[in-house]
Parts: sequence; C-alpha cells; structure tokens
Amino acid sequence: MTDHHGEFDSVTGKSTTGHEWDGIKELNTPLPRWWVISFYLTIIWSIGYWIVYPAWPLISSNTTGLFGYSTRASLGVELANLESVRGEKMVALAAAPLADIEKDPALLALARAKGKTVFGDNCAPCHGSGGAGAKGFPNLNDDDWLWGGTLDQIMQTIQYGARSGHAKAHEGQMLAFGKDGVLKADEIVTVANYVRALSGLPTRKGYDAAKGEKIFAENCVACHGDGGKGNSEMGAPNLTDKIWLYGSDEATLIETISQGRAGVMPAWEGRLDPATIKAMAVYVHSLGGGK
Amino acid sequence: MNKTVNPNELTSDDDNGPLYVAQKKVYPQSISGTFRRIKWGLMVLCLGVYYLLPFVRWNRGLGAPSQAVLIDLPNSRFYFFFIELWPQEVYYFTGLLIVAAVALFLMNSVGGRIWCGYLCPQTVWTDLFYAVERFVEGDRRERMKKDKSSGLTLRRISELALKHTIWLMIAWWTGGAWVLYFNDAPTLVKELVTFQAPVIAYIWIGILTATTYVLAGYMREQVCTYMCPWPRIQAALTDEWALNVTYRYDRGEKRTSVKKAAELRAQGEHVGDCVDCYQCVAVCPTGIDIRNGPQLECIQCGLCIDACDNVMTKIGRPKRLIGYDNDINIRRRRAGKAPVYRIVRARTVVYSAIIAAVGGIMLYTLATRSLLDINVLHDRNPVAVKLSDGSIRNAYTVRLLNKSGYDRVIAIDAYGPVNLTTHVVGADSVTPDRPMIVIPRDSTSELRLLVTAPADGNPEKSIPVRFHVTDIGLGEVATSTDNFVVP
Repeated sequence: MTDHHGEFDSVTGKSTTGHEWDGIKELNTPLPRWWVISFYLTIIWSIGYWIVYPAWPLISSNTTGLFGYSTRASLGVELANLESVRGEKMVALAAAPLADIEKDPALLALARAKGKTVFGDNCAPCHGSGGAGAKGFPNLNDDDWLWGGTLDQIMQTIQYGARSGHAKAHEGQMLAFGKDGVLKADEIVTVANYVRALSGLPTRKGYDAAKGEKIFAENCVACHGDGGKGNSEMGAPNLTDKIWLYGSDEATLIETISQGRAGVMPAWEGRLDPATIKAMAVYVHSLGGGK
Repeated sequence: MNKTVNPNELTSDDDNGPLYVAQKKVYPQSISGTFRRIKWGLMVLCLGVYYLLPFVRWNRGLGAPSQAVLIDLPNSRFYFFFIELWPQEVYYFTGLLIVAAVALFLMNSVGGRIWCGYLCPQTVWTDLFYAVERFVEGDRRERMKKDKSSGLTLRRISELALKHTIWLMIAWWTGGAWVLYFNDAPTLVKELVTFQAPVIAYIWIGILTATTYVLAGYMREQVCTYMCPWPRIQAALTDEWALNVTYRYDRGEKRTSVKKAAELRAQGEHVGDCVDCYQCVAVCPTGIDIRNGPQLECIQCGLCIDACDNVMTKIGRPKRLIGYDNDINIRRRRAGKAPVYRIVRARTVVYSAIIAAVGGIMLYTLATRSLLDINVLHDRNPVAVKLSDGSIRNAYTVRLLNKSGYDRVIAIDAYGPVNLTTHVVGADSVTPDRPMIVIPRDSTSELRLLVTAPADGNPEKSIPVRFHVTDIGLGEVATSTDNFVVP
C-alpha cells in the first residue's frame, strides 16, 4: 500500500516495492483490503475462543473457559444419547424370554447384530472371529458342546464360565492320570488306543482291547459315561464323535490322559450387562450348532 | 538489462480489456400467430403437469403411498403410477436417459431445436416471466423507454415492485411444487402452510425460488447462449436436411421499402419480399437477427415466423418468408426446382430404431421382472463346519426381496449333487427340512440359512448349490446359485 518507496513500472502501470535482488524488482501488489480485514477479524474472533473454550495451559491444569466445555464431557453426553437411543430396543431384548427371541425376526436380528460386535470384542481372541475355535478352544459352529448346547446352557456358560473362579462356574476337569501316578505308561497307551477305537479310528498293532476296556471302565466312565458318550454336567466330551478339542491322534491322546486338561472359559457376568449376555447366547446359538 | 517497454508497443492481447461482452438487455415485443399459440399451449401443458402432477392420486392399497408420482427417499422407493422401483432398479433411469437423449437427437434432425424453442424449462419459465413483465410494464417500446429514464417515480417503483412480487410468487411456487414430489403432497402443503414441514423442505424451496427467479428473470437468453452445452452439441449433430427456422433469402433479398418495391415490381424488376421492418428482430427473445443465417444464439422458438407472417399479410405478400426450411431447398428454389423435404433418412431411421429398441427392452424387462428375489452370501469364517456325526454344514446369509404389495409365505430349498438338508435359524418348517418364512410386503428379510450334507454322502470337493425360494401361495419361484464348501 506504500508506493512512495518504489519506482513506477511502465509495463504494468504499477509501482514496485523498492526491494531489489540481482536486478529483479518486486511489483507492489498488496493484498486486497477485504482479505486483510478478514484476517484481522479472525484474530479478534480467536480471542472469543480463549474466553469461551479451554485454551491456555497452566502449571497443573488449564483455563476452562466460560461454559466449562470439554471434549471428554461432550463425548460422554453423546455416548449417553446413544445408549438412550438403543435403550428401548435393548429393553425389549432384556424383557423377552430367551426361547422367544429367535422366533421374532426383529429381536433375532438385533440380538445377532449386538452379539456379533460383542463377540468380536470379547470372544474372538480365543474362539476366532467366526467362532470357528482352535486347538483347546471349542468351535461354536458345530453341534458338539462340552457344557450343553441349549440356549439356557450356552447362556449359563457365558455368564459364569468354566473353571473361571466364579462361584457358579462349571467345574470338573480332565485328571492327569500319568502325572499323578494313577496309570502306568503302558496302560495310558492302551487306553488311548481304546478311546480311538470308540470313534472308529484305527488302533496300534498288538493293542489289547479287553485291557483297554477294563482300564476305561475303572478310570474314565465316571465322567465320560458308559461307552464314552460324554456328560455335559461335568464338561466331559463325547469320545465317540468326530470332533476333538485337542486332537485325536495317539500322541495327543496320550498327552491328554497323562497331563490332564483344564481349559478356562472366563465368567462374563459383571463384565457384560444381562441383556448383552442374552444377545451373546442367542448369537452363539444361531451360529448353527445350537440345540 | 532493465529495458523499459512502452506499453503501446506491446502486441500481445490487451489484458485490460473486458473478458466478456456485457449483457445487452433484450426487450421482446408481443406477437400473435400460429407459433405463439403453440407456445402458449405447450406452456400451459408443461407448467400444468409440473405444478399439478404431485396432487394426482393412485391407489396402491392400504399402507402404501397414494401419490401417483413420488420419490420416497427415506424408504428408497420411486413410484410412478403402476410402477414401483427399488434402488437396485435405477438402471431403468439409464434407459430413460438414453431414450431422452436420442429423442433430442431425433427432434433435432427433424425440426432443429424444437426442445429449446418450445419445451425447455428455461424457455418456458423465461417466456412466462416475459409475459409478466409485459403485463406490468407494457410492451417493448414502453419498457425500453422506462428503463432509459432514470427518474424513479412512485408509479415506476410500484410497477417494479409488482413485477418482482409476481416473479417471486411464480419462483416460490416452482420450488414449492418441486418438494411435493418427495413427500405426500397434500400433507406437505398443510405442513408448509402451518410451518410444521421439515427444514430441508424450506431450504429446497428457497434454493429453487432463487434459481427460478435469477435464471428466468435475469439470466434468460444468457443461459442458452453461454451456460447450456446443447447449442454446441446441436450444431455438431445437425445435417443439411434438418429443418431449421430459416430466413428464405432467395425470396427476401434484395430488401427494399414497401413503396420502392411496388415501383420496381411495376417496372418488372426482381425485388425481395423483405421490407426491412425489423419485426423479426423486435420479437426475438435472444435479441438476434434471423436474417444473418443460422446462429448459435437462436433457440428456434418460431416467433420471428409469426412476426414476419403478420407483416407479409399486411403488405399482401405470401406468408413464410421466414419458416422451417434448409439451405438445400433455398438453392433448389433459386435454380427453379421444387423444394424437397426428407424426414425419413438414415439418421432419423437410426434414431427412431434406437428409441424403439431401448424403449422396447425397458418395457419388456419391466413387464417380466420378478417381484420375488433372493441374494445369497456364503459365510466366510468359518466356510464349513464338521458336525459330530461327520456331516458337513455350510452357513449362508440369505436376503429375500418381496417387491409385491402383499405379504408372502415362502419356502426355501437347496439342491445340489448330493442330498442336502436345510434349516433357517428361528424359522418353522412346513415339512421337515423345508423352512417356511413370512416376508412382509414391499420389504426385504435377511435370514441365516444352514445347509448340511449328510455324513454318508459327503462330497469330496466343493459343489455348486442352487437355492430355490418358492411363494407357497402363488407358486412364484426365484433362484440363486452358490457353492457348498467341503473343508
């Protein structure tokens, strides 16, 4: 805006700023007035921000602003709003009898949607994102259940867990017959082959079936039942089917019998609210294996 | 080094000149005649359809919208009388756009810019706004005189106020009619009047009021000349047989006054019929002279034909010195031959064939489309599950679409190379392994479908599966294929 320093440039009809670098001169093209005014206005506006919002750091805290606004508090409000929006639907879910949820397409869709997200957050680390399980962690899509596959049984397992330390948790474990000296090494090999024979798997040459049956009857029937059909009260798996939590090869069976097994399912009561646990039970049941 | 250059010696383009010519205000004169009557008729028809169509009712049964033409955005439905379209059927609009574009080409190859001159919203609303202007301020000469005199008398102010008020009323009504296509019209009108309508409705009315007022009241022919791409495309698409509003210079030249023409004719000399009265220029809504030949600005509204016909009638010469014609015929007449009009030629036949083909395909698909549909998505994790008895199970997410106006009871079956059993989570079965589901009218249902291959008939590798969804009441069937995966 000051053109008295420079000289007049006849080509453009403008003055120069008077600055010169290696013979190159700068034309004086000042910012438009509206731009400068807008710039000053933004500075004035920013002072308003200092007053209204938290702005200046102090030694141990910061200025809080006139209205005490904070992003954390506003997030809390938004989350509370979200809960109140979901509230009605989740209330309906909580009120519905467990057995009726799958009969109502809207409730089933809600339970499955809710169950899927909660499953992803809490269960997927062990059971896998699709509930397909892994060695030692049951596949939740199949029809083989350690602690029972009805809706009520699934919900109970989720609520209290297995060997979780919760007072109502499922208890009972596979004993370490070898480590504790109950069975000798050759007896363990024999009974392992007997178990393989139960589900139609081939057995080792020279294995004594009668001896195996005797050892099984004396040590295993108490939990696994006559013929090894399993017992969901004790969490004892069915040994006659095609599904094996740890594996059905002889070496794995020998390891299982001699070292014992006691996988832990945590209790979710207290960590997830009752309606969410209900949704979880329906979700797991609807994966396909539910009884 | 720092050689000073005299600005006068610079030869490049002058940077200081204006980049655009200033708008020359056009003052079209009122006119009566054949084409003006056609234009009035089409204006009443077009505006009538636009303003009143939302109020036309169409009975679709209880619970369904009763508006004949409705774009239901919240529910993603488009209703047009007996047709109801879902979002995945927008390809019908593609067909409609193709038909519209080719129809535009066809019009162009038959009679030039018929769309621009008679049917384009810009033309129709500008014409209406000119009519208002003429009604309030007077005809061409009066308006020019009033615009020139700078004095703002009370009368002038009230005139201007009246004109702009009527303009704004029309513009507001235009925006108002627009939003009625997106909601039940009578309800929305009631809400708008009592200020109960959603804010977005008022915003859209505001936007369209502003665009109508500015485009039809101020920008007018500027829109056609500078903003619209069609004049450029039109010029590239036309051919020598297309009829356009043409000054027949073979008849018109040489121009003379009425008196002189009579004298010269008495002496047996050739004189043109054009008497240089400038009536064609006075009535032109884009302010051009048609006698300069075909021009980009000309929207071919035919008003100059009416203007010239009136003059020719008065001076006792034949009508249609300006008319729908082409250069070929002008040359033929000059050579003493009879004019030829060829409406049926390669391009008009091809355009008509395209319109018939696309329209036919659309009608065929619309008439034969299924109102029941099934989409299947295989579970990704896990893809297959082994059950305790050794059988294998795959899970699918199935989406069923019921596009009809009634609830359906359907059954799902799965067919493959091996015997498959099906189960839908939460659903009852008609007979064992035949899940039965109710899908409410005009909606979709998502289901979890479990398909199991028995242990004794386990396929060795993945097999194709065909899903049938059958309307139990009507026997209508929709199918979809997917794979059954074996781990």
